[in-house]
Amino acid sequence: MVGSSSGEPMVRFKGVQKSYDGEILVVKDLNLDIAPGEFVTMLGPSGSGKTTCLMMLAGFEPATHGEIYLNGEPINNVPPHKRGIGMVFQNYALFPHMTVAENLAFPLEVRGMNKADQQAKVKRALEMVELPEMGGRRPAQLSGGQQQRVAVARALVFDPQLILMDEPLGALDKQLREQMQYEIKHIHESLGVTVVYVTHDQAEALTMSDRIAVFDDGIIQQISSPDVLYEKPDTSFVAQFIGENNKLGGTIEKVQKDGTCVVKLSTGDMVKAKGVNIGEVGSRTTMSLRPERVTINPKAKSVPNIVEGTIAELIYLGDHIRTRMTVADSDEFIVKIPNAYGHAALKEGSKVKVGWETEDCRALDPL
Amino acid sequence: MENTTAPATLVTADGTPLKASLQRALRQRRRQAFMLVLPLLVFIFVLFIMPIATMLTRSVDNPEVNSILPRTVIALQSWDETTGELPSEEVFKTIAAEFVAGSQPGKKVINKVGKRLNYELPGMSSLFRTSTRKIRRMKTGPYREKMINIKIVGKRWADVATWRLLKREGDPVTASYFLSAMDMRVDSKGEIKSKPVDNQIYKFLFVRTFLMSIGITFMTILLGYPIAYLLATLPMRHAALLMILVLLPFWTSLLVRTSAWMVLLGNEGVINDLLVWAGFLGDKSRLALINNRTGTFVAMTHILLPFMILPLYSVMKTIPPSYMRAARSMGATQLRAHIKVYFPLTLTGIGAGTLLVFILAIGYYITPELVGGQSGVFISNQIAGKFDSGNWGLASALGAILFVFVLLLYAVYDKIIGIDKMKLG
Amino acid sequence: MKKLFTKGTALAALAVAGTLGAGVTAASAETTLTVVSWGGAYTASQQGAYHAPYMAANKGIKIVNDDSASGALAKLRAQVEAKNVTWDLVDMVASDAITACDDGLVEQINPDKDLAAAPDGTPASKDFFAGTLNPGGSNCFIPQIVYSTTFGYRTDKVKVAPTSVCDVFDLKKIPGKRALEKKPINNIEWALLCSGVPKDKLYEVMSTKEGIDKAFAKLDTIKSEVVWWTKGAQTPQLLSDGEVVIGSTYNGRLFAAIEEKKQPIAMLWDYQVFDLDGWVVPKGGKNTAEVMKYLKFATDTQRLADQAKFISYGPARYSSGPLVGKHGKLGIDMKPHMPTNAKNAKTQLLFNYEWWADNRASLDERFNAWLAK
Repeated sequence: MVGSSSGEPMVRFKGVQKSYDGEILVVKDLNLDIAPGEFVTMLGPSGSGKTTCLMMLAGFEPATHGEIYLNGEPINNVPPHKRGIGMVFQNYALFPHMTVAENLAFPLEVRGMNKADQQAKVKRALEMVELPEMGGRRPAQLSGGQQQRVAVARALVFDPQLILMDEPLGALDKQLREQMQYEIKHIHESLGVTVVYVTHDQAEALTMSDRIAVFDDGIIQQISSPDVLYEKPDTSFVAQFIGENNKLGGTIEKVQKDGTCVVKLSTGDMVKAKGVNIGEVGSRTTMSLRPERVTINPKAKSVPNIVEGTIAELIYLGDHIRTRMTVADSDEFIVKIPNAYGHAALKEGSKVKVGWETEDCRALDPL
Repeated sequence: MENTTAPATLVTADGTPLKASLQRALRQRRRQAFMLVLPLLVFIFVLFIMPIATMLTRSVDNPEVNSILPRTVIALQSWDETTGELPSEEVFKTIAAEFVAGSQPGKKVINKVGKRLNYELPGMSSLFRTSTRKIRRMKTGPYREKMINIKIVGKRWADVATWRLLKREGDPVTASYFLSAMDMRVDSKGEIKSKPVDNQIYKFLFVRTFLMSIGITFMTILLGYPIAYLLATLPMRHAALLMILVLLPFWTSLLVRTSAWMVLLGNEGVINDLLVWAGFLGDKSRLALINNRTGTFVAMTHILLPFMILPLYSVMKTIPPSYMRAARSMGATQLRAHIKVYFPLTLTGIGAGTLLVFILAIGYYITPELVGGQSGVFISNQIAGKFDSGNWGLASALGAILFVFVLLLYAVYDKIIGIDKMKLG
Repeated sequence: MKKLFTKGTALAALAVAGTLGAGVTAASAETTLTVVSWGGAYTASQQGAYHAPYMAANKGIKIVNDDSASGALAKLRAQVEAKNVTWDLVDMVASDAITACDDGLVEQINPDKDLAAAPDGTPASKDFFAGTLNPGGSNCFIPQIVYSTTFGYRTDKVKVAPTSVCDVFDLKKIPGKRALEKKPINNIEWALLCSGVPKDKLYEVMSTKEGIDKAFAKLDTIKSEVVWWTKGAQTPQLLSDGEVVIGSTYNGRLFAAIEEKKQPIAMLWDYQVFDLDGWVVPKGGKNTAEVMKYLKFATDTQRLADQAKFISYGPARYSSGPLVGKHGKLGIDMKPHMPTNAKNAKTQLLFNYEWWADNRASLDERFNAWLAK
């Protein structure tokens, strides 16, 4: 994994703001450094500003305020065709009136490369995406996955240092999408290019990225590596958006020196949680707890936090039983029970105890 | 899996052959579908196919001589027109009898023949009208001598050309309307010749109609393309306003528009006044912008512009902005991206628009009539003129030629672009 | 007032020709007569002089005006072709009436049987102007009026008032645009008169190619300054707007512009061309008997004289002339405004139907070719 630690960043957003209508800021205050060779994903729900950021970087939308740097140079006034950035679009944007080879040769041709070099490059690019025989076809004659590969090849064929991908896998079915994720990741690693990737699919982001910037409401909520993002979310939004999450609302009763706090649930039960993003004693908080970290019917005293809940629904999923429960103020409290001896006796409507470690329960901003 | 030993004919559960059963099921569905489109078929047949068929028929239909002077036509068959001698007394007697029969009070039809023949040979009209009166008074022969001696017009009966014409036009089918439509005629010797230069007009007008239509089509592309582009790319709000401006000509009465052009383009019109006021023109050298070719050109470009814009717009609307962005991201300048990527993708729209505008233009009548003056009229103005003066045959022949041209264009378009790719907004 | 055919209608009529079946018959007790005329002041004059008094005297008759006389020949042809004649009486200029008669579109007329005699007992065939009942040898036309095509000019825009029709061809004497009718008729005659051809040799010269060449050569000298009109109303409008300084049109139109609208326009009567306008009865009409009764009334001596109260056209009967009085509204004596008035008719031409019937088609062709090039 390439870190963002040393040297000059390849891309820098500095205090970038964007508004389309002069009334609403779709990007509020973006500060982001992307190191050379890094694979950074902008993740967020639609309307969160992620695509706008990508378009500003590509040069298709001007920044309303702030500056974007590429290799240390400000590029706000550089037109898109002079930025030398490769781009893969949501629907591939392969030119339907050109063959695959002509599509690939296009960026080379506009750069004035001679025909022989163009052909050699196109051939190599097609081999890279494992479509060596498809040069003579039209995009419409290819399958979705093949088109996707051609689009990637086209973005790479003129050797840009930076590739932007705008939801490139959105149009593919699930299986193909997963396969392509690995292929893109593989290409990224073998070529060492910098990739800025936009998606709203958190699984995709987790699979591919070095770092993920989670966007919401025009702001980067958190930017971290996938594991940190999953295990140590800073805000309730991130916790909720990345992976499956149980949220429990409560009031902070006490904050200890080591950062642990005591929270009073709506039932009056007291639980301990790791204070991450909390206010004063007496203020509200929403705690985040991953389903796989919850144990059912724990032995007394084996974990610090034990509360009672009611089973609302049991869904048999083979390797585990997905159990939806009502716990305190949450009636969407999910517990994943391994399909092992002893748990089969659970019944819908019955009351059971659930327990967890204090470390696994993060007290965050109130939702 | 296919069973290789299956019997030759498959049967349904009750033993009917599967094919017959399928046929029956399909036949019923076909019948229902047919009943659904029947009103449309009848409509098209009655109001579209029949009139066109009638028009095509009329362009060669030549009933006058054949039906009003049938016995003369038969009698003339044995006359040898190459000798230069007049037909026999028998023929004169026959035609005299038919003159009498064709001029019975209340059933007077003989002058139709004169009018018809007058298209081919000026003077036939008065020959027939005058002769009718005189021949009705002839009780006995010799008819040849008496007819030749009719005052003033009789000499035409002594002219072999008159009889050649009668014999030739005795055929119920004639090519003379088509010949006339191509500025040709059959001369007195029966040979096909060009009309005198002073009388040649249709070929000239066909060529003008085509050239001006090409020019107008080109102008609509030039003006319509950027507008369609704006329509397709502007935000909805602005695009809707622009669309209203584009469609406005459709909703405005032609007379209102004509008045507007007159106000704008007239000798004392806004444009001339402005140019004079600004000092570009002297008061005496005002530009002639209306009642000439310029007027037709400007007005028709204006009228036909939506027919170019709408197909272009509908094609452009389907081109995702990502194509242009992709091209730009790959290093193409705005201009290059437009030429190499955007423009080729709009070709089907241009094709559809061109076909539509051009076909409408070559058949346009009312605008050239109103603002075209003399130098800006089209062939259709002549067609209308021929209908008015009662020469439906020539009007139909001219119409048929135009019709064939349109069909040809259509075929060419189909060959090059494909009719199935046509998008009309 | 003459032909300006709304050209699309002929095509449209052709399109529906095959589709329309039996016509609609007025089922009410009242008989409705559809009378086609030129609209505007002309129809108003007929309404005042003929229709209103006839309806007052015949309670069961209702006369409806249809203003589609321009283009009536083409429309009538379409109606007869479709065997669905909806018109009962049509106002036409004589040349169209001749064509309609030749083509069997209209009924034949027997003047002494169908038309009223003069008050002194002179039969109709003798009371209408000589030759006007059977122009070009046709017997379908009942003339109402004699009108003329003549010139009007802007009194304030000419340096010298024109005195002769040849001044129209003189760009030095009368500079500026002039309006002429967009057809060869009259223009060829005037051009030849002004090329030195004597009036009595006119049609003889016109029957030769050289004669026609000569006429077009004369027209060539003013071609660039001509605005061509197709509707009688255009010239008065062009004159009022100052778009032309002189122009030909029907004398009644000029009378209206001069006397009713008080425009600075004056008449030039030199070589005015007389023409006739009158009635034809469509063949296959549904109320032929009623129409013939009406016609007998509407074309009698008094009725024709009455029409001149409303419009400055001359009645077509000898016996009507002395009865012409004052204009209904303006109160001015109409006699000096009649084209047939001796003072106005010093030089004049009569439209030669026979010659034009023979040569119209070929001259139209040449005229159109000449115009288009």
